[in-house]
Amino acid sequence: MRQHQSFAEWIDRAAGQIMIWPAVLILLAFSIFPLLVSAYLTVTRFRLAPGGFELRYVGWLNFKKLLFGSQQYHLLGTFSALTATDWLIFALAAGTAAWLFVGAVRSGTVGTVGLIGRLIAAAVLLALLLLALAVTGDGAFPGTLVVTVFYVLAGVSVQFLLGLGLALLCAQRILGRSVFRVVFFIPLTVTPVGIAYLFRMLADVGKGPLTPLLAAFGLGEVSWAADPWSARLVVLIGDTWQWTPFLFLILLAAVENQPRDQVEAARLDGAGDWQVFRDVTWPAIAPVAATVVLIRLIEAFKIIDLPNILTNGGPGIATESLTLHAFIAWRTQDLGGSAAVGYTLLAVAVVCCVSFFHFVVRRARAHERP
Amino acid sequence: MLHRVRKTGSRLAAYVLGGVAALAVITPGQAQEFEGVSIDVMTFTGPQIAEPLQRRAPDFAALNGAEVNVITVPFSDLYTKLLTDWATGTNSVDAAVFAPQWMVDYVGPGFLQDITDWVAADEALQVDDIAPFFREFSQQYGGRTYLVTLDGDFQMVYYRTDVLAELGLEPPETWADYVAIAAAAHGNDLNGDGSADYGSCIAKKRNAQSYWMITSIAAGYLQSQGTSQGAFFDTDDMTPLVDNPAFEAALDVYLETTQFAPPDETNLDVGDTRALFTTGRCALTLDWGDIGTLAIDPETSQVIDKVGAVMLPGSRQVLDRDSGEMVECDSEICPHAVNGVNRAPFAAFGGWSGGINAAADDQVKRAAYAFFSYMSQPAQSNHDVTVGITGFNPYRISQFETLDNWLAAGMSETAADSYLGAIKDSLNSPNMVLDLRIPRNQAYQQVVLDTAIARLLAGEIDKAQAMQAIAAGWSELNEEEGTDAQLAFYRASIGAD
Repeated sequence: MRQHQSFAEWIDRAAGQIMIWPAVLILLAFSIFPLLVSAYLTVTRFRLAPGGFELRYVGWLNFKKLLFGSQQYHLLGTFSALTATDWLIFALAAGTAAWLFVGAVRSGTVGTVGLIGRLIAAAVLLALLLLALAVTGDGAFPGTLVVTVFYVLAGVSVQFLLGLGLALLCAQRILGRSVFRVVFFIPLTVTPVGIAYLFRMLADVGKGPLTPLLAAFGLGEVSWAADPWSARLVVLIGDTWQWTPFLFLILLAAVENQPRDQVEAARLDGAGDWQVFRDVTWPAIAPVAATVVLIRLIEAFKIIDLPNILTNGGPGIATESLTLHAFIAWRTQDLGGSAAVGYTLLAVAVVCCVSFFHFVVRRARAHERP
Repeated sequence: MLHRVRKTGSRLAAYVLGGVAALAVITPGQAQEFEGVSIDVMTFTGPQIAEPLQRRAPDFAALNGAEVNVITVPFSDLYTKLLTDWATGTNSVDAAVFAPQWMVDYVGPGFLQDITDWVAADEALQVDDIAPFFREFSQQYGGRTYLVTLDGDFQMVYYRTDVLAELGLEPPETWADYVAIAAAAHGNDLNGDGSADYGSCIAKKRNAQSYWMITSIAAGYLQSQGTSQGAFFDTDDMTPLVDNPAFEAALDVYLETTQFAPPDETNLDVGDTRALFTTGRCALTLDWGDIGTLAIDPETSQVIDKVGAVMLPGSRQVLDRDSGEMVECDSEICPHAVNGVNRAPFAAFGGWSGGINAAADDQVKRAAYAFFSYMSQPAQSNHDVTVGITGFNPYRISQFETLDNWLAAGMSETAADSYLGAIKDSLNSPNMVLDLRIPRNQAYQQVVLDTAIARLLAGEIDKAQAMQAIAAGWSELNEEEGTDAQLAFYRASIGAD
């Protein structure tokens, strides 16, 4: 009886852990284990062998090939000499980073880990800026790293602004607003590959539905797919069409949940639309906005379907993202190279998203607290 | 009691025997060899190639009882999907229809079933009717048979007979002729719809099936001494044959054709260029045998009986391997030249062929072989090669010798002579360029070559940089795989030993 009681007590105490362990084990099996295996793959070379395959240890060769060797053009791009303007932009950014860092040190509120984190974030972001400047000059071409960062920054910015704008419009008491909400939501329900094929058909210059319109404006012989920036723009338009509804939905919920009494009080005090947005709505939705942008940032780094279907990464490698780069390496048995690209993406995405979380999301949430 | 038991037993025996006899009468010929067997066959997203497999699967099931499930994946994923399925021991794919040049990667580790004895014992396959090139190069590796040929592939140049007649021009013999015709025809209305059309349509999309095109153009500049000379690597030391004046001349042609092409040519795959050509929008195109049969499809073609085909054009100047310079053809350096023009037909891809997973169950392997044999037998094949949607092109001797099937399919005698003649000329050429068949050939061509050419077309790099990029990439792969080992594979694959 005593033993039975103690066992029951133990069960009672350990119930939480017992309940959570299956989920932890599944997570380990399907997430952490592949992560570790792919980390091992980054230092190996895959070879076919009788009855299967073998992995040969090659050290840092896969990263060396990507950063300094034959695949440098692919990951980092083709460089040109930096101009005086480029150096000025970089110096301004470096100066701002240094000023912020010194400010953090002087404030005395940031611990050692926080300072190290700031240094890593500053180093990575400044390196990305320098790389972007070096591959956008005359005769230079960006690699998959800068193209991906472009998709992320440009895409998420445009999607956020459009999503916020639509959310503010749909929060108005206008006729048929429920219809608009459903219509704006539809693209999110379509599979990305479907959207890619849709845009491929729409953008077909030979037999697409816009061909007569383009011809009427004298653009019948212009091909968006042949120019790097127009091809990237088409990918970006497709991505925006797909993901704006996600931001729209979350922001709409946030806008509709803002304190109505504060809005009404502001209106009674004679505040205009802009003042209400700036002083009431924005502070109320900022925590949600920061969080949704963070979620979108994480997702945006993984873009693959649109460039893969729309352009196959072309013209040249102009529209190829890091994920597509890794995928192309994988399908030619270069598993080590593919894993190295994947880990490069992971490093950049983690630094960017953690920085965003620390400097934007947490501050927005802090502002939210009473 | 005993009598009753005996009587009942006799009745029971009679019923059983009667039942068996009745079943035998009711279901004559249904003692099907592969009843209950299911075969998962992988190939690329069609409709080509997948269509005939899917269409004929129910007929095969009715004959043999085996159910054939055709699984399709994009062409660029097919090689790796098969490899990962077989190399990791997943073995969800029992058989596949793929490029014979990939056989080298699949045979070495033992993924493919040796079917030498099965083919030898298979009278219905009529293997001797399969043209020697496909029988020996596409089906065999190291003297053993691993694949069943379902398709014959050569790249050729197709031209509009009416357009050339109107322009007073002859079909191209050299690539310079090709460019001249493209320039003359470009901008004219070629299909009577009132809008300007294109001189040349060549699939140049990246990560698709475009990377064979540049080799088709370069072949005539690079190889003049016969098949065993090779067009990809120097057979002495495995130096890539891509950083030289011959390859540069091919790149010039490749870039020049873009000027007389649709504006989005760099984003066109073979399906797109075929549609453009058969709807009358192009004067010239470079493609496999599919155009010949697609052009006679009354539902889609606007160029029925307006299409001619020639073996790949060549050059009056070729690469002298000793000096590294381009020299005029003479009887010594171009022994196979005709009218002073060196032509080297490129057996690009080699033709879709069926192979069987060695790790599949015995009964499944037998059933898969029976299916591929059924698909390749003249009764099926002779019809399928005349239908454009199948993607199958002629590969049997009888398909070249008998015009009846072609005429019945709607091809005129002139068109059939031109089409089959171009393939026969290619097949019989002693200067044929064999496709690359060394380990990881897909990385050499589908990644290094394809990416460099795409970057050149996009203006990211110039010709010299493109040639250097290909040479460096191929040399790097040689080193990774072992240059001596790759050289041995290469020499064996082109008969240089």
